[in-house]
Amino acid sequence: MRYLPLTPSDRQAMLGVIGAKSIDDLFADVPAEARLDGPIHGLPNHASEMAVERHFSNLARQNMTASHTPFFLGAGAYKHHVPASVDHIIQRGEFLTAYTPYQPEIAQGTLQMLFEFQTQVARLFGCDVANASMYDGSTACWEAIGMAGRITKRSKAVLSSGLHPHYVSVAKTMAQYTGDTLDTALPALSPVTDSARLLDAIDGETSCVVVQYPDILGRIEDLSAIAAKAHEHGALLIAVVTEPVALGAIKAPGEMGADIVVGEGQSLGVGLQFGGPYVGLFACKEKFVRQMPGRLCGETVDAEGKRGFVLTLSTREQHIRREKATSNICTNSGLCALAFSIHLTLLGEKGLRGLAELNHGLAVQAADRLSQIAGVELVNDTFFNEFTLKLPKEARPVVRALADRKVLGGVSLGRLYPDVDALANGLLVAVTEAATMEDVETFATALQEVLA
Amino acid sequence: MSTINQSGWKPEMGSAGETGPATYTGNKALMLEEALIFEIGTTGTTGVDLADAPKVTPRLGNLARHRDIGLPGLSEPETVRHYTRLSRQNYAIDLGFFPLGSCTMKHNPRLNEKVARMEGFADVHPLQPVETVQGALAVINELAVWLIKLTGMHGVAMTPKAGAHGELCGILAIKAALEARGDPRSVILVPESAHGTNPATAAFAGYAVENIPATSEGRVDLAALKARLGPDVAGVMITNPNTCGLFERDMKAISDAVHAAGGYVYCDGANFNAIVGRVRPGDLGIDAMHINLHKTFSTPHGGGGPGSGPVVLSEALSPFGPIPFTERHADGRYTLVEEETASARHPHSFGRMTAFHGQMGMFTRALSYIMSHGADGLRQVAEDAVLNANYILRSLEDVLDAPFAHSGPCMHEALFSDNGLADGFSTLDIAKGLIDEGYHPMTVYFPLVVHGAMLIEPTETESKVTLDQFIGAMRSVVQRAKAGDPMLKSAPHHAPRRRLDETQAARKPALVWREPEQAVAAE
Amino acid sequence: MTRYFTEDHEWIEVDGDSATVGITDYAQSQLGDIVFAEVPAAGATLKKGGDAAVVESVKAASDVYAPVSGTVIEGNAALGGDPALVNNDPEGEGWFFKITLSDTSELDSLMDAAAYKAFVDGL
Repeated sequence: MRYLPLTPSDRQAMLGVIGAKSIDDLFADVPAEARLDGPIHGLPNHASEMAVERHFSNLARQNMTASHTPFFLGAGAYKHHVPASVDHIIQRGEFLTAYTPYQPEIAQGTLQMLFEFQTQVARLFGCDVANASMYDGSTACWEAIGMAGRITKRSKAVLSSGLHPHYVSVAKTMAQYTGDTLDTALPALSPVTDSARLLDAIDGETSCVVVQYPDILGRIEDLSAIAAKAHEHGALLIAVVTEPVALGAIKAPGEMGADIVVGEGQSLGVGLQFGGPYVGLFACKEKFVRQMPGRLCGETVDAEGKRGFVLTLSTREQHIRREKATSNICTNSGLCALAFSIHLTLLGEKGLRGLAELNHGLAVQAADRLSQIAGVELVNDTFFNEFTLKLPKEARPVVRALADRKVLGGVSLGRLYPDVDALANGLLVAVTEAATMEDVETFATALQEVLA
Repeated sequence: MSTINQSGWKPEMGSAGETGPATYTGNKALMLEEALIFEIGTTGTTGVDLADAPKVTPRLGNLARHRDIGLPGLSEPETVRHYTRLSRQNYAIDLGFFPLGSCTMKHNPRLNEKVARMEGFADVHPLQPVETVQGALAVINELAVWLIKLTGMHGVAMTPKAGAHGELCGILAIKAALEARGDPRSVILVPESAHGTNPATAAFAGYAVENIPATSEGRVDLAALKARLGPDVAGVMITNPNTCGLFERDMKAISDAVHAAGGYVYCDGANFNAIVGRVRPGDLGIDAMHINLHKTFSTPHGGGGPGSGPVVLSEALSPFGPIPFTERHADGRYTLVEEETASARHPHSFGRMTAFHGQMGMFTRALSYIMSHGADGLRQVAEDAVLNANYILRSLEDVLDAPFAHSGPCMHEALFSDNGLADGFSTLDIAKGLIDEGYHPMTVYFPLVVHGAMLIEPTETESKVTLDQFIGAMRSVVQRAKAGDPMLKSAPHHAPRRRLDETQAARKPALVWREPEQAVAAE
Repeated sequence: MTRYFTEDHEWIEVDGDSATVGITDYAQSQLGDIVFAEVPAAGATLKKGGDAAVVESVKAASDVYAPVSGTVIEGNAALGGDPALVNNDPEGEGWFFKITLSDTSELDSLMDAAAYKAFVDGL
């Protein structure tokens, strides 16, 4: 077996040192009725590298891939070009096969990278500080709601109807067990968000308002008024960013008064991967840092006075505080954070702004082209690289019919909001730098055919 | 003679025994210092060439970002060098032995990396129509079947993102099951030796946490546990094999007692590597157990994630598991059970735990690892992991205090204490001494039930030669700690950094980089 | 003024019906470098034995219990900027909070300096 170095004679010699007759002696504490006497029945035995690879190749071929199809899906996961050097670097064994940097003297590579990552995220979001990452955007969003509860000692969260429905579902799952109440609503196919509802709902019981920016339908609205009203009532504003590339073009939530900004970092460096692993981004105002979940890397010096980095403020965490910890999170998303950080370093501010401009420009052109199709309306007045179309019929079968024509033409709102008639004709279309105007034309032609 | 040695090149050995001078750069040959991107990059530099953006009238409302963001860029060569230099300051399994107890730092096969990067898996969107992702759903389903069969359980929730997220999944399933039968309970019992995630998870789900005492053998005290069970106890969270490296002999009796009292049994499966293929948790009465794919099934730890924590569930808890999940139909087609179909197919689900389908990139890697080993190889994995740990236990117990060595064989990890070191010497000093010897230290100061704990988990992917070298190094470091060698107190001496000032880091947290003048102003 | 001690390593110095509370030198030496202390706000009501403050070192966090019941007069604001005071002068400048006692008879169950020393020696 190619991954197991012990030889039969090694095993014999080692059993001798241990003073055991056979390997079974070492499992003597397992009660007899639970001991298996051989390999589990009904499962295949070991396989060669070639056989395993062939199996996966066969399965991989059954999937329609984003790179080989005109592709317009978004809704919290975006197809962006990832520079080749990103994947090369994250495959270096020193990053790939290291662990959480518990021994800082021999983990400065990971620690310095995390310090850079935290700084990049904080600056991108317009916040003071950021942590070393969470599992993904949806769990980061929930953790932010929990954090706001700890800070304000209140339990009512007001969620914008523009928050990704799966993020809302995750929050609902958690809230039913923690006693938090969530004030939620469904979005409408309207150019404006429900910020009026949010402003009305904020009161002295509110722990936080949660607003996605740009929202699930792609709309962009100023958060300042919501922040002001929340602060007036002692509540926090949590902003959720599922497309960080947008922040190369639009104001950071922190600039508009958000107290906690969380997000999904998949767009930078990570790739689609059918939904995971992704990387949760988590930033906030400095005064709230002791209530943050997750790992934090901080700067310090070593015994010779050289700059170095360590994991810090660990007393917030489960391994020390146990049932009083700010979160149960342990492993985060280190390697994806590295990929994010490398990609953002390659882009730099200039590249990020250029990338954002390119995304927005292509999206504007695509929106104009697609809304020329008879019966198709553009819902948004504002958007970054994703917008909502209102089709003359239910969007879900349209998406399937487009797939039959080898076009992955967006996410139907029917998939995200099943059984909501008012949204059934909505189609969410994302256009990134990975799409060409030819792709847009292919999409438009196919859509026209399907709608005819 | 012709011209004698015109270039003047005369190789010589230099003089031995001198310590080198401090260098101008701070570098030491291959040990290279690296500045921060904020010090070497500029906001006007980019390592990416982009197409020109089409000229359009922006539709951004009035929200264009005008202020500087402060994100430095590097060209591609600078980027590759920056991160390559950083990488060389990390210890990693690829470099050497990494016996971090309870973390299962085993070899990460590169085949797994290759298959995870196949476009058919890496480049598909989670919300594509299911007809276009049949191969991806097949991977999830095949892995699910393996996990169910390997554990002898009824169902599996694939979406949890890491071990602690899996714990939460299991505890929420327990809570949902209790609520469904109109019997909400308030307490979860957790042994003192548990991972911190266990009590944190239970508390996060709204439970009061109470400790279960251990016996002098290092196992759960069954009598004390039984005495505490009652109508307020929702369940127990037991790690098996436990964090002292011991198999909980009474596991079945524990499960029976908890079930008789109306509670459920959660098993922390962090240490499943010790028993995979030899014991099925389902045969021990477990109701829920997470499996860290990044431990037992070798997906890379990546410097702290991503992990993946599928949770196997008993028949009693399966109806309450999270959405979405894959369903295989008689014709071989796969569909997803998600919000739309959950009310018909899975009406008791406690809900959704994450935006999409879990850690697909980890599923491909874990399935590749599992298929490579097969049922026979996985059994050998557990046997070799346990053999290696016992070899270390018995090779060190004469020099290091092993508080549970008398409790029988250990499983996948060997536990030692700091008892018997010279005055003023601690587990920390041994750890730092091991760094100078070229090893990643074992887990230190965990579990909490042993003073100055040292938890050594070799895993099955280490050869006897490696173990023998480590044992020699460990014996040497321990002898120095017993003899009070002052050089050990200041170790490591040869790492990229000496001991770091964690007190300063915590007293004055500097969590982001600030321009020097800003940093001064902030003080 | 009389100083009392608890088995949880808090000290309390009583002056009439008010008192100053901190953690003992033994406690700070066991914790190591203190990096953070969270003290109760003036006006908070504390119950004897209940959580009153938090003290953290790099790798450990502990709750400081109220040795007696009462109302907090003042938390030691100096600990916010300089938690090292708890290490350097635990039974002086490193005090945690001042409290008005609601029931002086609660002092009866506490140890005096000699009894506490014997208690610590026995640990």
